Amino acid sequence: MLQDKDRIFTNLYGQGDWGLEGARARGGWQGTAGFIEQGRDWITNEVKASGLRGRGGAGFPTALKWTFMPKEGAGDGRPSQLLVNADESEPGTCKDREILRHDPHHLIEGCLLAGRAMGAHIAYVYIRGEFIRERHHFEAAVQQAYDARLIGKNNIHGWDFDIVVHHGAGAYICGEETALMESLEGKKGQPRLKPPFPAAMGVYGNPTTVNNVESIAVVPEILRRSGAWFASIGRANNTGSKLMCVSGHVNKPATFEEAMGQTFEEIIETHCGGIRGGWDNLLAVIPGGASVPCVTGEKIRHAIVDFDGLREVGSSLGTAAIIVMDKSPDIIKAIWRLSAFYKHESCGQCTPCREGTGWMMRVMERMVEGRAQKREIDMLFEVTKQIEGHTICALGDAAAWPIQGLIKNFRHVIEARIDAYTYNSTSEGAVPSIATE
Amino acid sequence: MSVRRLADDSIQPQAFAFSNDNAAWAQKKIAQYPTGRQQSAVIPLLWRAQEQEGWLSRSAIESIAKLLGMAYIRVLEVATFYTQFLLKPVGSKAHVLICGTTPCMLRGAEDLRDVCQHHIHNDPFMLNEAGTLSWEEVECLGACVNAPMVMIGNDTYEDLTPQRMREILVAFETGNGDSIKPGTQIERGNSAAEGGATTLLVPPSKTREKFSPPVPPATPEQPAAVAAPQAATSAAKPRDVTEESAPAIKGPAPQAKVSEAKAEGERAAAAAAANADGEPNRAMREDATGAESSAGKIDGGRAPGKPTAGAPSENASATKAEPVTTDPVPGSTALLVAPAGAADNLKLISGVGPKLEARLNALGITKWSQVAELTETEIAKVEGTLNFRGRIGRDKWLEQAKALATGGAAEYLRVFGKDPK
Repeated sequence: MLQDKDRIFTNLYGQGDWGLEGARARGGWQGTAGFIEQGRDWITNEVKASGLRGRGGAGFPTALKWTFMPKEGAGDGRPSQLLVNADESEPGTCKDREILRHDPHHLIEGCLLAGRAMGAHIAYVYIRGEFIRERHHFEAAVQQAYDARLIGKNNIHGWDFDIVVHHGAGAYICGEETALMESLEGKKGQPRLKPPFPAAMGVYGNPTTVNNVESIAVVPEILRRSGAWFASIGRANNTGSKLMCVSGHVNKPATFEEAMGQTFEEIIETHCGGIRGGWDNLLAVIPGGASVPCVTGEKIRHAIVDFDGLREVGSSLGTAAIIVMDKSPDIIKAIWRLSAFYKHESCGQCTPCREGTGWMMRVMERMVEGRAQKREIDMLFEVTKQIEGHTICALGDAAAWPIQGLIKNFRHVIEARIDAYTYNSTSEGAVPSIATE
Repeated sequence: MSVRRLADDSIQPQAFAFSNDNAAWAQKKIAQYPTGRQQSAVIPLLWRAQEQEGWLSRSAIESIAKLLGMAYIRVLEVATFYTQFLLKPVGSKAHVLICGTTPCMLRGAEDLRDVCQHHIHNDPFMLNEAGTLSWEEVECLGACVNAPMVMIGNDTYEDLTPQRMREILVAFETGNGDSIKPGTQIERGNSAAEGGATTLLVPPSKTREKFSPPVPPATPEQPAAVAAPQAATSAAKPRDVTEESAPAIKGPAPQAKVSEAKAEGERAAAAAAANADGEPNRAMREDATGAESSAGKIDGGRAPGKPTAGAPSENASATKAEPVTTDPVPGSTALLVAPAGAADNLKLISGVGPKLEARLNALGITKWSQVAELTETEIAKVEGTLNFRGRIGRDKWLEQAKALATGGAAEYLRVFGKDPK
């Protein structure tokens, strides 16, 4: 368990002042000029030593990603840019929201340091449209930093740096990095083909690195306390602390910062007051935001919550947004709701996803009632396989996985529902009594 | 994808112009982006236009296109692609965005939608009679630990109950929206756990301890061996260098992904085997009966529709969302003396199923009024016997029972805004 002195986000719940004075009182903006002075390679190496893996879902080593950017003086004159992905729309995830509204200076300082590490003089922060108050806080914090000459031209740190706050208007797909860039350029958020990769040709055709808010916001503390400190938390390859958001059927849903490498049971008991109705009442858990496969209750209980631990149980840490389901809700309906989500959020660019997400949702809708044939379960599974991997971005995959997880783990529930529907039919036709209850 | 079109011509205003303040703000915003890239400002400008007018009209879209030197169609594309742009007028005092995605749904977003349907209009985007309120169901608004929640204007209202939702609607309807404090509506510090945070109990300090690595790593795989943490990680050679920042949609790491070809091959092989030997396809589940299986495997030989068929009714009850009671020992000693007269239907209390009802009856509780008047010690005893600690408070049995005891189902409907189940 992580101790309070080792926590990075010390104003997570907004107990203190989120502004510059408060951030300074909690140790922010300390020694920043020194880090800038030590140069690009030192920052990158320190972050590399910390073992920081990206906090946005895929867990790619952050420092390694920075090294893909053109070296100083080696580029062709195009400016390097940092793009911070604050388009946090994954269902279940609400960690970046807390950073933006309660600890914005962590992110601003992190942008400056990460900018130095990749030779960038500008950062774009793309905040999702729904985070209106959060954006106001962050914009105010950026203005404070400009006023105190912490960033901007000729600032006190000796590295010219601008931050542009941009926002979206309600499109989940803009969380995909190339869609994010399209959206920032003022277009529809439809993902681009890769290659070219953003580090070669990103926003406005310039080399760009896209990082999650949390990955950038932890950098200042890593540099202040050393990479070895961060690496001492958690297991090898899964180092550091992580903001986790637990929602759904726990007694006390909460967001908190915890060391990686704890078991699921420890985390839930310590921070969330246990599962609603006890551990026997636990049905399934989606451990990393809606796009990762769900895991059954007995499998997850003793699983270790970090990148490798959750991979062992056939899922993924994702954004560490843990959605807990007890036995009271209708699992088919819960997954149907996710299908409806993906149908709503498909950008419409690739046919398998545009047509397939709607198709899957409509079949799932019938399965919720039981108004289906059992052979359609196999057919539905096959359709998910036709969508997965046949689209430009991974939204098609993400839409297919929850249904595959449902069929693999809860096929008997679907079959029972179909049987019950048939059983309740009369000569006047079928009566959907089960589903409407 | 959803189909989004501009509002009917009959309600489109003739012209649009930014107010002076907003026009100055727009120029400042455009200047933030590199020269020649003023198109980037299209979303912020459309947003500002919507804030000014309440919705996006065709003339607003066209005037922004002119301002940014863009083709009309490009701006129209953006306005119809992003779902937060309102293409027709909404409630003048409040447009309620109900988050309906799974995390909120699990904690009761559907009840909030019911409240809005009753209070405002049955259909989304439709105005109530006075034209003051409207609602829509949206996808995840990013406050999942404070579910269920809604957003009105710039503010979110979190941890709602149907009752609180109704109070908020009334407040906005009467123009007193400001009287409701935004954020969480229960006792908790933003996203901290209800009843007090579990972390950050020590006030943060400005000083940072110097980190000294833990003394000699006893085993080689001690995490403190930071010299080459990267060398060991398989993540150093991922296939897609840019995955990390595609958080929302990337899902599991590539290694966790099922090989499509392999899965397809296995499925095909199993299907072929099933066809050859007449056994059902067991590729997905070992005890699959298969859709083609005989009726005997499904309902024990009885034709569907016969009320005596045993197995299907079992299936039927299994699919009901019934709370599972694990304690095999029901309360053997009565806690209260069962009052004379017919027992009330305790199942009307949300959270009580047939099994719990039987156990409550065994404890001597047969009336709604008894449940409503349970004391704290009695609650503790009941919960102890039922093995359901905290449930009575959480599911609000007392309030529910009180309403039922006072005026039956009609009173329940008045208090909770829905029929008892």
